[in-house]
Amino acid sequence: MGVAPEHAFALDVDKIRADFPILAKEVHGKPLAYLDNAASSQKPLAVLEAIDHYYRAENANIHRGVHHLSELATKKYEDAREKVRAFINAERASEIIFVRGGTEAINLVASTFGRSRVGEGDEIVITHMEHHSNIVPWQMLCEQTGAKLRVAPIDDRGALIVDEFEALLGERTKMVAVVHVSNALGTINPAEKLVAMAHERGIPVLLDGAQAVPHHAVDVQALDCDFYAFSGHKMFAPTGIGVLYGKQKHLEAMPPYQGGGEMITTVSFEKTEYNVVPHKFEAGTPNIAGTIGLGAAIDYMQAIGLAAIEAYEHDLLDYMTSRMSAIEGVKVIGTAPEKAGVLSFNIEGAHPHDVGTILDREGVAVRAGHHCAQPVMDRFGVPATARASLAFYNTREDVDRLVAATEKVREIFA
Amino acid sequence: MSDLRDLYQDMILDHGRNPRNFRETADANHVCDGHNPLCGDRVKLFVKVRDGIVEDISFQGSGCAISTASASLMTSAVKGKRVEEVRELFDDFHELITGDPEQQPDSSKLGKLAVFSGVCEFPTRVKCATLSWHTLKSAIDKDDKPASTE
Repeated sequence: MGVAPEHAFALDVDKIRADFPILAKEVHGKPLAYLDNAASSQKPLAVLEAIDHYYRAENANIHRGVHHLSELATKKYEDAREKVRAFINAERASEIIFVRGGTEAINLVASTFGRSRVGEGDEIVITHMEHHSNIVPWQMLCEQTGAKLRVAPIDDRGALIVDEFEALLGERTKMVAVVHVSNALGTINPAEKLVAMAHERGIPVLLDGAQAVPHHAVDVQALDCDFYAFSGHKMFAPTGIGVLYGKQKHLEAMPPYQGGGEMITTVSFEKTEYNVVPHKFEAGTPNIAGTIGLGAAIDYMQAIGLAAIEAYEHDLLDYMTSRMSAIEGVKVIGTAPEKAGVLSFNIEGAHPHDVGTILDREGVAVRAGHHCAQPVMDRFGVPATARASLAFYNTREDVDRLVAATEKVREIFA
Repeated sequence: MSDLRDLYQDMILDHGRNPRNFRETADANHVCDGHNPLCGDRVKLFVKVRDGIVEDISFQGSGCAISTASASLMTSAVKGKRVEEVRELFDDFHELITGDPEQQPDSSKLGKLAVFSGVCEFPTRVKCATLSWHTLKSAIDKDDKPASTE
């Protein structure tokens, strides 16, 4: 195994790991090496305690009561919105809409913004590396409107072919929706450049940032994207909370997504006046605890530092890629020059599903399957891959465990 | 590692690598597709039934070692059997895979299929072992509707 060189970017990983109680768990009698962060990340004590404290000491409905607890809950909820604003550097807190997750954020845009500007014969441009959540809502919109979905190709390394993407942007293109970081391949797209290309032609852009926000700083004003969607649970917050960022001018012009309480100012049987943004898009009682948990996760990540997280993970991904690539019969899928957090691979003679089971018995948690990105699997001619994905609490020891478990797969299947 | 070897026994690895009856059957009178949407495994079964007897059976498709070996051993086991016997075998096999590990069915009836007894300890892999069997059931029930593990 050799002696690992000192990490170029020192996080106090032992201290960080102590903040995540689940990482101390044993699985099948082995210590857990959790390498399935792209599916869902683990939660630090700071997040668990924030949720617990909310339910124990602050729980009430928001924007409703005049009583103390309601005021307190409302403040915590709106504080979380401000934390998200600062986290992605949005201009205003009112540009942050709380939703269930990245999937709901994209559906919201497709069914309101998309529905009001896309018509028959128009085109929506996506890429070949999208997660199903950034394919299906647009396909549904196409079915409803008679628009066409156009798909920008990727090369054999899993990088977007930018020239071909640009060539697809035409007179009829009404929307571009692109993943910022691919969940199946780890590719980081040149988002700023893609947005600029679309904007030159007056086309709005949604970025799916679910796999970007856990790994590096995101600045929506620098990106200049029109919409940015992400989930909380992949960035150390609870499930069931996510964010849609949208430029104020779009959000104000868009029709509401769902009707109900909170999203209105006045209701009569004749006419309803909608509330201002962001409340216009937050019908019903929201996931208040989840929002507070998300705010705590942002505080936690910022205390470590996004730049330190990015540098540490970059180093760890390089280490994982070189160790895994050195194993005979291992083929890495997704070798784009710019990558974050993800190593997809196959082992000669072993199906990914079998790989996943054997790794699991060694305490190593990875994802085996199509990663909700079947077109990516088709592009590389594989039914599925095994995928190891990182967070800042992973270590070289986790990677060494993955390597040793992969050798076990080779023993059984060689 | 012992429990992994319970799952990946040599016979399973052999049939996973070199599946038997892995071909099309041109004169099959039932052709049925099976799909496990969880992992993407696909199987296409070709069954030729005459006078209530499975005269020939073969399969095509792609999947993990467990699902490929299961299809291979299933086709070997049911060939030449009466359709009623095949149904009984389906029930016994299902019991073996999903039942209580302490009270497994009489393995003498199952023959080589008993090699799958380790699967019940791996709940996430049960569908891999049963995909081809569900597909066979759809085929002999004559509806030929695609079978799904979901």
